[in-house]
Amino acid sequence: MTVPLAATASVSAAHLSAHEALRRARPIYWSVRRELWENRWVYIAPAGIAAFILSVFLASALRQPNRVAESLTVKPSSSIAVLADSGLSGPMVLMMATLLIGLFYSLEALQGERRDRSILFWKSLPVSDAATILAKALIPLAVLPVLTCALIVATQLAMLVLGSGVLLVTGSDPGAAWDAFPFLLWPVMVYFVVAMTLWHAPIYAALLLISSWARRAPFLWATLPLLVLTVVERHTLYTSYVTGFLAHRSLGFFNEAFAVSARAGENADRLPFLTPGNFLTSPGLLLGLLFAALCLIAAVRLRRKRDPV
Amino acid sequence: MATVEARNLCKSYGHAVALDGIDLTIEEGRILGLVGPNGAGKTTFLHAMLGLTPYEGTLRVLGHDPRTERHRLMLDATFIADVSVLPRWMRVSQAVDYMEGVHPRFDRYKAEEFLALSSVPPQSMIRALSKGMVAQLHVALIMAIDARLLALDEPTLGLDLHQRKQFYDALLKDYFDNTRTIVLATHQVEEIENVVTDIAFIHHGRLIVACSMEDFASRFVELMPRAGRIAAARALSPIHERQAFGRSILLFERADREQLAALGDARTPSIADVFVAMTGDTNRRRRGAA
Repeated sequence: MTVPLAATASVSAAHLSAHEALRRARPIYWSVRRELWENRWVYIAPAGIAAFILSVFLASALRQPNRVAESLTVKPSSSIAVLADSGLSGPMVLMMATLLIGLFYSLEALQGERRDRSILFWKSLPVSDAATILAKALIPLAVLPVLTCALIVATQLAMLVLGSGVLLVTGSDPGAAWDAFPFLLWPVMVYFVVAMTLWHAPIYAALLLISSWARRAPFLWATLPLLVLTVVERHTLYTSYVTGFLAHRSLGFFNEAFAVSARAGENADRLPFLTPGNFLTSPGLLLGLLFAALCLIAAVRLRRKRDPV
Repeated sequence: MATVEARNLCKSYGHAVALDGIDLTIEEGRILGLVGPNGAGKTTFLHAMLGLTPYEGTLRVLGHDPRTERHRLMLDATFIADVSVLPRWMRVSQAVDYMEGVHPRFDRYKAEEFLALSSVPPQSMIRALSKGMVAQLHVALIMAIDARLLALDEPTLGLDLHQRKQFYDALLKDYFDNTRTIVLATHQVEEIENVVTDIAFIHHGRLIVACSMEDFASRFVELMPRAGRIAAARALSPIHERQAFGRSILLFERADREQLAALGDARTPSIADVFVAMTGDTNRRRRGAA
């Protein structure tokens, strides 16, 4: 059989471009690994929290086995609040924990290497400043969200299995708990985490930029100007735009990504209504992503020029 | 193509001038000793050359602009910019893994061979190593890279005498192969005397000497005049005079060696003697590049 020349050429071109893509991705992959070696708390802390949630669940299940089935189901709720339902406790706690971890990681990420002068070692290797910044940005923008979702699923699954075990031992049928378990909430949870991460991308990027710029105390640089602005605005203009802006940047994704019912109790028996189209085209998201990209580009340029501190 | 080509290289930190119009060409296959007192501009020159700091002027290193193409340059060039810059949180084995991951020219086998010869425990955290061990590890990692240009800034700081000798032996025996170029910045003049092929003195941000060691030997002459010939020797305009063992020792630059030999004991001075003579004399500090 003869293979047409054009086909062979296109296969080899595809092979080449795949090879080239792998070659380019390699420094980023190793830089992400390096970040995780350096900042083990990034995954150990959420895993510890998940383990703690699980142990609390197990302790309460052993103390009150008759309430296990009830605690494994979700009470009908009007909104996304089901995700925070304490019966399936954990999702919100874990999301808040990884959010905080992402914020503190971003503030430290580019300052630390200048403070301990290890930047002089990193820069002796063929890893571009852009690859380094990208790898550091991937921790809050990709690694932590994936970790959050995986831990939530793993924790809830472990609760279901452990809860079933407790029910079996006490002579009850765990079947009802499995039937009532809201597996459908998992994709919703993933959607929630993705929306939240994308919405918060400019915050992480701004913190990375501050981290690459500040000679010391990046935490103060990140917080004090906002605090001063808030106070000054309140006492001179008697308005609260800064506070409003901060609240919108923190929680605004919720109104864009979910159709929240106006009246409590509506849609009580349904999953919260997702509006990805609305979210992905919302100016808040698009402007935020543009701002994030500009911050990351500025951080790359700063890392190129900055001396160790 | 020269490995490094610098033209009118300038750099200031505020009002402090670190590099003041450096013109320097480093050819392939040479080992250049960049010698200068602390604060002379050696490190700034190396940092400019390696894309670690912005500068003014023209600089090409292995055909690249270090300001904008550092990561490409680092495929062919590598450096030890300072001792104790290895990340303290890393394990020795992780450092080797990472280097192998990101550097296409890193030879893991070679690095492990160097490490086996050293006293560095492979599973240790870098923070647990002594300063000497960190330096040994850094050298092992860098020498396992098949680079065309290696830049070293005070590479033996923190090493004891035995380790220093071992380092330079390894550099010449296991690393240098006449096609690579090495730039060694140091103020430990004595220890590089038998290592370098070229020498450059930098002082107050300016090059005051830049030549090959062969040129150096013919350019500088040290004279210990016989009794009664000191006045005649001084009349030949020595660039420096010092006293040792109760006798005067005069240093000449581009002088007639036979004429000097007639006045006393003439010999080629050490790099250290010329260095001290040229950087200690304030009258000569502002001489242009040699």
